Amino acid sequence: MSDKSKLGSLRSNNLVLQENVSAYLFLLPFLIFFVGFVLYPMFMCLFTSFFDATMGRKDIFIGFQNYKELANDPVFWVALRNTLVIVVVSVPVTCIFSLWVATIISRMPMAATSAFRCIFYLPVVTGSVAVTMVWKWMFNNYYGIFNYLGQNMGLIDKPINWLGNPKYALGCIILILLTTSVGQPIVLYVSALDNVDKSLVEAAEVDGATPMQAFWRVKWPQMMPTTLYILVITTINSFQCFALIQLLTSGGPKNSTMTIMYYIYYNAFKLYRYGYGNAMGVILAIIIAILSAVQFKLGQEK
Amino acid sequence: MNSKKPSIYYFICYILVALLALSFLFPLYWIITGSFKVKADIISKTPVWIPTQWVLDNYQNLLSKRSAPLFQIGSWVGPTIPAAFRWLINTVFMSAVSMLLTCLTASMAGYALAKKRFYGRTILFSLIVAAMALPKQVILIPLLREMSALHLYDHIWATIIPIVGWPFGVFLIKQFAEGIPTEMVEACRIDGASEWRTFTDVMFPMIKPGVGACAIFTFINSWNDYFMQLIMLSSTQNQTISLGIATMQGENSTDFGLIMAGSALASVPIIIVFIVFQKYFTKGITMGAVKG
Repeated sequence: MSDKSKLGSLRSNNLVLQENVSAYLFLLPFLIFFVGFVLYPMFMCLFTSFFDATMGRKDIFIGFQNYKELANDPVFWVALRNTLVIVVVSVPVTCIFSLWVATIISRMPMAATSAFRCIFYLPVVTGSVAVTMVWKWMFNNYYGIFNYLGQNMGLIDKPINWLGNPKYALGCIILILLTTSVGQPIVLYVSALDNVDKSLVEAAEVDGATPMQAFWRVKWPQMMPTTLYILVITTINSFQCFALIQLLTSGGPKNSTMTIMYYIYYNAFKLYRYGYGNAMGVILAIIIAILSAVQFKLGQEK
Repeated sequence: MNSKKPSIYYFICYILVALLALSFLFPLYWIITGSFKVKADIISKTPVWIPTQWVLDNYQNLLSKRSAPLFQIGSWVGPTIPAAFRWLINTVFMSAVSMLLTCLTASMAGYALAKKRFYGRTILFSLIVAAMALPKQVILIPLLREMSALHLYDHIWATIIPIVGWPFGVFLIKQFAEGIPTEMVEACRIDGASEWRTFTDVMFPMIKPGVGACAIFTFINSWNDYFMQLIMLSSTQNQTISLGIATMQGENSTDFGLIMAGSALASVPIIIVFIVFQKYFTKGITMGAVKG
C-alpha cells in the first residue's frame, strides 16, 4: 500500500469520526429528553412490573406474581374486553366514515373542502375536557338534549340515564370517541385522494370504468399506505381513550366502561399499586405491538 | 343515463355531509351559547336552542368560585384559590415552552437523522418509531415516579418535559428534511462553513415549513394534553385550564352553565389558534404520514 492511499484512508476515517461526533451533538438535546423521559420510563415499566411497588417504601421483588394476579383478576378481564370492544367498533367505523366523508368533500371546491376538513377536526382541537363536558350535559338525565329528542321523536318512552346505565354507557363513550377521532383520518384521506395519479384515473375512465370501479380498482390501491397509517393511529387512539372515561363514568357503572387505560390509572392513583399497574401496561404494550404488526402484515400483503 | 345516477348520489351525499358537519359543530355551539345562558335556560327540560337572555353570570361565577381541588395525593390537599386566569397563564406558558423546546430539539435531531450517516442510526430510528406506536399512557407510572424523584411533581415542567421527549416532532422534521437535496449541505461544507453554520444558515431556512407544522402541532397538542396534566399537576395554582375545569366539574357537576363557561375559556383560544394556522397544521398531519 502506498503512503498516499494510507493517508487517504486515515483521512476518511477521520471524516467518519467527525460525522459521527457532529451527528450526535445535533441529536444530544433531543436524546436527553427521549432517553430520559421516554425510553427509561419504558424500561422501568417492564422492570417494575416484577416488583411489589408502592409509595414511600422500597420495591419488593416478587417475580411474575403481578402477572399471575392479573390473570385471576376479573376486573382486568372486563377491562380488556371493554377495551377490545372499543377498538373493534371504533377503528373500522372511523376508517370507513372518514374515507366516505373524504371522497365527498374532496370533490367540492377548494374553500369548501378546507372548511369541512376544519369542521370535522374541531372536536379534536376543542380538547377532551371541553368536549366531554358538553357531551355530559347532552346525555344528562333531566336536561340533556338526547332524552328530549328521543322522546319527541318517539324513540324512547321515558328519559334514559345514558351514562348511568351499564347497557348504554360504553356505547355513549364510543360515540363521543368517534367524533373526536375522525378528524385526522379525513385530513389524511383528502390529501391521499389529491395525490392519486390523475392520469391513471382518466385512463380507466376512457376505458369505460364506472366511478365505483375507478375508485376501488385505481384509487383505493394507491391509498393503501394511508389506510394502513390510519388503521395504526386509530387503533392507538382507541386504546388511549381515557379522558372520556375518567370524566364521564370513572369506569362505572358496574365496570361497564372500565378499560385497561383507566384501570392502570385507577391502580396507580387510587390504590398506589405501581407494580401491578405496570404489569398491565406491559400487557397493553404487547397487545398493541401484536395488533400493529398484524395490520402492517395485512397492509403489505394487499 | 349512466352519468345522471352519480350526480343524484352525490347530491344526497352533499346534504348528508352538511348535516353531519352541523352535528360536529353543535357541541361547540352548545358550549358557547350555554356559557351565556341564565340558569332557567340551562335546566329547562325543553332545550333552549337560542339563549332567551345573554348574561355573564356564569363567567363571573367561574372567576369568583372558590373550589377545593378534587385531586389529592397522599395527605396532600391543594389550596382553595379561584384561579381561572392563572390556569390560562399556566397553559399558555406550558404550550409555548413545549413548542419552542420541541422545535429546537426536533429540528436538530431531525436534520441529523435525515442527512447524517452515523453509527446506531437505524437502531435509533426504529426506537423512535416503536415509541410513537405506544400510547404514552403506558409509561405513566414510571414517569410519575421519575418526576417525583426529581422533585418536579406538581410542577408545570413535569408536563413539558415528556412532551419534548415525545419523538413525533423529530419524525416529522426528518421526513421533511429528507426532501431537501443533500448537495445543498455538501456545497456548504466544501465552502468551509462550520457544522452549526450549515444548520442555522442553510438547513434551517429550508426546513422552516416543517418546523412551522411541528410548532403548531405541538402547541395545540400540549394545550389539550389533559392526561399528562392530570397525573403531574395537583395544586390549584399549578393547574392548567383543562385540568382546572375538570376539577371544578367534580365539585359542581350539575352547574352546567359554570362548566360551559370554563369549557369555552379552555377551548375557544386554542380553536382560534387552530383556525389561524390551519394550513400548517394540515401539512403537519399529512407530512407525518408520508411513508409512515
